[in-house]
Amino acid sequence: MGKTLFDKVWDAHIVHQIEGGLDVLYIDRHLIHEVTSPQAFEELKERDLPLFRKEKMVATPDHNIPTKNQHLPIKDALSKHQVDTLLKNCEEQGVELYGLGHPFQGIVHVIGPELGITLPGRTMVCGDSHTSTHGAFGAIAFGIGTSQVAQVMASQCLLQAKPKTMRITINGELKQGVLAKDVILYIISKLTAAGGTGYFVEYAGSAIEALSMEARMTICNMSIEMGARGGMIAPDQVTFDYIKGREFAPKGEEFEKALDFWRTLYSDQEAVFDKEYNFSAEDIAPMITYGTNPGMGIKITENVPQHLGNGSQDSFLKSLSYMGLEPGESLLGKEINHVFIGSCTNSRIEDLRIVADYVKGKRKAKHVSAMIVPGSKQVETQAKAEGLDQVLAAAGFELREPGCSACLGMNEDKVPAGAYCVSTSNRNFEGRQGPGARTLLASPLVAAITAVEGKIVDITAHLN
Amino acid sequence: MEKFDKVISTAVPLPNEDIDTDQIIPARFLKATSKEGFGENLFRDWRFDKDNSAKKDFVLNDSTYSGSILVAGRNFGCGSSREHAAWALADYGFKVVVSSFFADIFKGNALNNGLLPVQVSDAFLAKLIGAIQTDPSTDCTVDLNDQTISFDDHQEHFEVNSYKKECLLNGYDDIDYLVSIKDKITAFEREAITI
Ligand code: SF4
Repeated sequence: MGKTLFDKVWDAHIVHQIEGGLDVLYIDRHLIHEVTSPQAFEELKERDLPLFRKEKMVATPDHNIPTKNQHLPIKDALSKHQVDTLLKNCEEQGVELYGLGHPFQGIVHVIGPELGITLPGRTMVCGDSHTSTHGAFGAIAFGIGTSQVAQVMASQCLLQAKPKTMRITINGELKQGVLAKDVILYIISKLTAAGGTGYFVEYAGSAIEALSMEARMTICNMSIEMGARGGMIAPDQVTFDYIKGREFAPKGEEFEKALDFWRTLYSDQEAVFDKEYNFSAEDIAPMITYGTNPGMGIKITENVPQHLGNGSQDSFLKSLSYMGLEPGESLLGKEINHVFIGSCTNSRIEDLRIVADYVKGKRKAKHVSAMIVPGSKQVETQAKAEGLDQVLAAAGFELREPGCSACLGMNEDKVPAGAYCVSTSNRNFEGRQGPGARTLLASPLVAAITAVEGKIVDITAHLN
Repeated sequence: MEKFDKVISTAVPLPNEDIDTDQIIPARFLKATSKEGFGENLFRDWRFDKDNSAKKDFVLNDSTYSGSILVAGRNFGCGSSREHAAWALADYGFKVVVSSFFADIFKGNALNNGLLPVQVSDAFLAKLIGAIQTDPSTDCTVDLNDQTISFDDHQEHFEVNSYKKECLLNGYDDIDYLVSIKDKITAFEREAITI
């Protein structure tokens, strides 16, 4: 019987199997950030345990940092203490750290791939659910809790039950104006926010193969939004070209050797998945969410539904009331005051280019505050080198310094209570972008057009 | 970790579906560097108004209900991997969360903190919520050894991984185990072709 891509990578990392069907899984790379690591460092100290393989760890602050004036001390005392604690722990323990201002700093899921730390066939974890992003390279990457962060620190391993496998195949050609973000919002709207729970997903098909690495990362990133632990895509020439020459990627002969291995990473023809879904690229249109979980998405021209599949009507109505929307309502024409472009879903150079390309020579609507936050220092530097900062500034967009920013209401960047924000991030939960904030998830193109028009529109009429 | 055995308690009903970890503990309360004190901000924005006054209609502010068992709608704990959600529930005093479906990461985090996620059928969940709402003094029994949950004359079996069950019953955790097999791990590092 053939093996799936997931099986190949997973099986190669099993150190030992124990009762109850749990595997001791070896972890190749461990990314850490300031929010979910301090208690893990503490745990190891209390037990008097050293870091087992500190050279397999990389740290960066991202969640809790300001995106303005990063050269100044952090104002919020608690945030400062958390970031300082990361610095102190890494210094004491000899962990590689890219702090504020470092040319490699950024959102942990943006820097891993761009530094060549994320490689096909690797297992990677981070105390953050969007670790699924790295699966775009054919790695097994998933988010873990802080107790598990401590486990990996202490042993470079995790005890895991092997998840079931699911393949989502999308064949065909995406229509103009339809981006990777629309693809994943569409899939989640079909499968629901719990549809992937218990599974590891492989995305396949001609529409996926045609995507850039940035776009593939956007898709894998949101696997967790349908409950899946992770998503992955078989590596191909696009992947190899992206990796080549990156800071920590194998070089020269090592690279060639790695290529031979990477080329074996695909699902065998006879491989059997526990679940399969097929979609047609032509059916996907620009999407937007209207509710308070990422499964509550519609095509931008569709109306808010009257009820939600098999979910309870109470929960559905509660969600709509939080959003200030009515069942059956159309979102077209709805005035929007905030646009946020950023987060580990859509803050890579390609996303910034899409936005700059659209807004070039245009101006945001007066009543809109439009914030665009690069995912990393490298993205920021690249954007400036390409002159995107000028284009964005001329259009009235505020280009910030790298970080998670308004993706989660933890740092200074928040959306005011009751306000609508069209956001390229990944979660529209109640209060996610600040207490009372109302989030509508969409692609960077939809976000850019919304900022210019000042309201939600059928974007197909506005494409350049 | 404390040993887990049997819990007999009244229960608190929270039938909302898809309760995500941002509701359990909003991001702005994740700035601490220790595990203590998160219970104070459990369900913060559902529990308190902006001016920090308790919202009367939220179940944790309703003295009719109390106990160490939280009974919630399906897909409990979806969203972020923050273990702070499990810490907040445990710190508040919950020992068990009952739902008809749990998000993966939350389930793992809960088990690692001695908070038992008990997954029951939709029908059992509905009956349990109905019973608590009709009579808040209804006692619910969760027996980890037998893997059963019962109230009045209803009972259901629940699943729990056998290794995790041993851990909970004995108060062990995964670190103890993983550190004990370091030799195996080092041998794996020597032999495996990983890059
Ligand atoms: S950008 Fe948002 S989703 Fe991504 S790691 Fe940061 S907070 Fe999490």
